[in-house]
Amino acid sequence: MESAELISDSFVESSLQLRHNAAMLEISDLSLSVSIQGERVDAVSAVSLRLEPGRVLGLVGESGCGKSLTAQAILRLGEHQGVEKSSGDISLDGNSLFDMSDEQLRRVRGGHIAMIFQEPMTALNPVFTIGSQITEVIRLHLDMSAQQANQRAIDLLLDVGMQDAEQILKQYPDSLSGGMRQRVLIAMAMAADPDYIIADEPTTALDVSVQKRIVALLLDLQKKRNLGLLLVTHDFGLVAEMCDDVAVMYAGEIVESGTVAEIFDHPAHPYTRALMGCRPEVSTPGEALPVIAGQVPPPGRWPAGCHFAKRCPLSEDDCSQAVAADVWVKGEHIVRCLHVGDPS
Amino acid sequence: MSELKVSGLNKTFAAGGMFKAIGKAKRAVIDTSFDLAAGETLAIVGESGSGKSTTARLAMHLLAPDSGHVFWAGEDVTQMSGKALRQRRSHIQMVFQDPFASLNPRMKIWESVAEGLRVHRPDMTKQQRREKVAETLALCGLDASGMDRYPHQFSGGQRQRIGIARALIVEPKVLVLDEPVSALDVSVQAQILNLLKDIQQAKNLAYLFISHDLSVVRHIADRVSVMFAGQVVEQGSAADIFESCAHPYTRALLDARPITHPDERNRDNEVLIVGEGMSDSGCAYQPRCAFKQQACADFNGELNAAGCACLFPLNS
Repeated sequence: MESAELISDSFVESSLQLRHNAAMLEISDLSLSVSIQGERVDAVSAVSLRLEPGRVLGLVGESGCGKSLTAQAILRLGEHQGVEKSSGDISLDGNSLFDMSDEQLRRVRGGHIAMIFQEPMTALNPVFTIGSQITEVIRLHLDMSAQQANQRAIDLLLDVGMQDAEQILKQYPDSLSGGMRQRVLIAMAMAADPDYIIADEPTTALDVSVQKRIVALLLDLQKKRNLGLLLVTHDFGLVAEMCDDVAVMYAGEIVESGTVAEIFDHPAHPYTRALMGCRPEVSTPGEALPVIAGQVPPPGRWPAGCHFAKRCPLSEDDCSQAVAADVWVKGEHIVRCLHVGDPS
Repeated sequence: MSELKVSGLNKTFAAGGMFKAIGKAKRAVIDTSFDLAAGETLAIVGESGSGKSTTARLAMHLLAPDSGHVFWAGEDVTQMSGKALRQRRSHIQMVFQDPFASLNPRMKIWESVAEGLRVHRPDMTKQQRREKVAETLALCGLDASGMDRYPHQFSGGQRQRIGIARALIVEPKVLVLDEPVSALDVSVQAQILNLLKDIQQAKNLAYLFISHDLSVVRHIADRVSVMFAGQVVEQGSAADIFESCAHPYTRALLDARPITHPDERNRDNEVLIVGEGMSDSGCAYQPRCAFKQQACADFNGELNAAGCACLFPLNS
């Protein structure tokens, strides 16, 4: 359809409805570039992911691997900070996010796809009440009177386990603890009944006992509302707790993906194995932890071929050649490595 | 011999600033005692606001306690002052959490690392100081060729190695490690934990390890003190704490650890934290405790002979 740009918002809305059977958030071959000392270099390289309603997908990796850039690109955030798409596409139920107008994007953000950030301390505006911040989101996306929006805000806060919701609406963020603020942010994310939630390290800044309860809350809402949840994290414990599927990123690439059971029982990529092995929770006290030699190469200094080759115990000469994303495939389990053999 | 001993420490912070009139004084550390020998690691665990970092600063004598004593190698430092105290500070050194904030970005690495020598080894020439820095960096797994560079040229893990070298250069007997690996990635964390173990063995150092991460503590600690609301609620050997803890709070903290495998989802018999906040009278943990009884309202929080501050310990 040549006149795609000219179609009205309401048409896109209805076309989103029409394609509801194929509901899916899909990232295909996405590469993102950033500017480092005046040069554009790729920080995310040909990433493909697929998230369906009712599923929880974990995107795991260490800092600098590109997991947050990838997640932010879904809402086309980061573009103001100089992150550019160099190739690939992201589509919501078959509609490319890169073909959408600003107005259409505004409806998608929060309306269809909502985001929960890591820092509950900075994600709320300190000079507005909790109530005004939640009702703002509600009225932006739903056609509601102030009174209806207020009632919905109360319901949302009750949904996230805040009993004295009416009181909390009148309070300012500074009177809430970190765990309570994260609940408020989750309530805000749910405000317009989105289909997908992107949660970027949603529990990292919280105390461990609070973490547990936030995880339970997120999973509960995800199931009740049949949400597709993309969990961005460095923490395999959180993945074990929450996810159906996992994708492991290293230096801008997805190196391995599969179901959570498959990845935990038969991790195949040498990086996944090493990363899971150096966790102190699976160590023997008194013994040295296994380590990964060397450091993650920054964007722009990725080696040709396999990005992990220089640190890899299994690397051979052919690892300097380009390595396809799906060298090794067994059902849902896909591994980017020439030398895994049969991991089971 | 005890390299670090604290007894009966109390510290209260007055409400400050704009809200002085309406604020409430906060009892950050209440009647805290422990003893740390050479070659040993004592971990202090707790949530934010539990008093663990204040305890670390009291042990360093960066803060003066309201009451109680701090002994470095048997000497009461709360009685020392001025020059004598400054000279004794080489006994105990600190490694901070954030390797990005704890190094001066305008100082070359060697200048940052050598700072302690200016106070504690004024006799050294510049050349001698540089040699000492190179030697200490090597001990921390860093090549001396980087010593004329600036902090921004190093990764987080390398900066934490620099932070450790900076503490070690004055040859302390005790290191206070305040969340030394919690800002690091898992793979880097493993490298730093191994390094700390190696250095401890080589130098027979005593470690006071402050952390909220029980998996890290299980890996590195010989003994553990669990703090809640400024008080030690349970202390014991790492094996005892992790295998058979007695305090409901310790149990809840252990149960709140992330699982290690998806098969562990929906574990049974978990001890959960039921409420929020803390009580000002009686046992401070009452509002969150699933096992509280009437007598807890009058409990003074004293540790029993087994090292547990609870009237109804779980393993009895």
